[in-house]
Amino acid sequence: MQTRIEAPAQEPLSLAKTAVTVAGLRRAYRTRRGVLPALEGVDLQIREREVLAVVGPSGCGKSTLLELIAGLQEPDGGSVTAAGAHEAKQRLDVCAYMPQRDLLLPWRDALANAALALECRRGVSKAEARRQAAPLFERFGLAEFERSYPNELSGGMRQRVAFLRTLLAGRPVLLLDEPFASLDSITRGQMQEWLAEALASEPRTVVLVTHDTEEALFLADRVAVLSPRPGRVVEELNVPFARPRNRRDTVTDPVFAGLKQRALEALEG
Amino acid sequence: MRRWMSAFVLLAVFVLIWQAVASIHGVDNLTLASPLETWHSLKVDRALLISNMWVTLEEVLLGLGIAVVAGAGSAILMHLYRPLRDAAYPLLVASQAIPIVVLAPLFVLAFDYGIGPKLAIVALICFFPITVNVLDGLRSVDPELLKLMRSLRASRVATLVKVELPAALPFLFSGLRVAATVSVIGAVFGEWAGADKGLGRLVLLGNNQLETPRVYAGVVILTLMALALFALVTLAERVAVPWNRKETA
Repeated sequence: MQTRIEAPAQEPLSLAKTAVTVAGLRRAYRTRRGVLPALEGVDLQIREREVLAVVGPSGCGKSTLLELIAGLQEPDGGSVTAAGAHEAKQRLDVCAYMPQRDLLLPWRDALANAALALECRRGVSKAEARRQAAPLFERFGLAEFERSYPNELSGGMRQRVAFLRTLLAGRPVLLLDEPFASLDSITRGQMQEWLAEALASEPRTVVLVTHDTEEALFLADRVAVLSPRPGRVVEELNVPFARPRNRRDTVTDPVFAGLKQRALEALEG
Repeated sequence: MRRWMSAFVLLAVFVLIWQAVASIHGVDNLTLASPLETWHSLKVDRALLISNMWVTLEEVLLGLGIAVVAGAGSAILMHLYRPLRDAAYPLLVASQAIPIVVLAPLFVLAFDYGIGPKLAIVALICFFPITVNVLDGLRSVDPELLKLMRSLRASRVATLVKVELPAALPFLFSGLRVAATVSVIGAVFGEWAGADKGLGRLVLLGNNQLETPRVYAGVVILTLMALALFALVTLAERVAVPWNRKETA
């Protein structure tokens, strides 16, 4: 059975070709040593159902950028529009945020953890949320792990559950903050392929933050490279391969190698 | 199993030393009853001890119950409403500094002779460890998790019920373990201030009547009661908080 997770109907979403617009975004943090600028004039446009990867050295404000788009923070300057929503509060309604760590609740089994996203919608009971989440577990090959608790799951499995939770929030824009950073390289590769498949069957507008250029190029339609702090977009690369991609064909393609070269050069400044 | 063995061995050594000291010529058996004399009293006064034990146990359990409800309740209120926490925290700490021995007779004046003052005293000493632990537990939630709940548009109540309360559960049990042991002391103080039954009163009476072995027998039962409560809380925690079970070798 194919169960689509309905995204909340958004008038501007169907009209706008651009799902997320970031313009002149600035954000600074006040610390004991003074004002620390995290982002200094970031401009980005993300089309509907496009996967944009943002790469940058650690501490360049990648996570800040995601939280600003998500509506979890307010910028000091510039603007963010996501699926037609300008205000931070409204952006919370159209963006689903997947934090770096899986943050699964140890007292809930995998299914209940993913269903949490549904329960937080008004008027959805625990049982109803489980019922609605179950078909998704089936579709993404996690059915046998429904009743496993987080401490019984491997790191990769936990990230899959966390991703399903993000998907079940039912938002048109997904914001993924280094989702595979904590995994070993083999699991990470498997997870990248799994995510590529998942996004092919559940297309969304995605902003994926990572520090791994190969991961960015393998998963995204477009890659934006940020400079070291304060972060600015120093390079944008189009990845001319259809998604989902075959890893061996893609990675060995000279075009891919060339893009990787350019991304690394941009990273080194 | 080995842990139990070593605890048992240590206890046996302790009892042997106790017996040896009590047997020294010149040690007044009105001051120190030997283990054997205590054991004798436990057998002879069994009916008396047990009937009084039930009285004290009732005081302890009801007092603990009140402390859990009041303690967890005020911790939740203080957590939800920051100004309340700032205002009430010093009072909470101060409540713990009040010498219960002094307060107990006043409670008897206020609540009369019945079970009331005993419950008030037990609840008062148990309130602090429970409240402080639950409050810590509610605040122990990873800020990233709260951010996630915010992005899921969870209401304040939903965040409390689905995330903060379950996270506070292991802390509640830590508080309960401390409370369980001090609750017995509270009940004894309560009975000393004025009571016509209960183990605390029996021990006090035994002191006055120079029935030293019976005093010791009463103390042994009070100690066992505290131990049993502690074990019960630990067991309840295993059932209620299976995800937090520490691996024991």
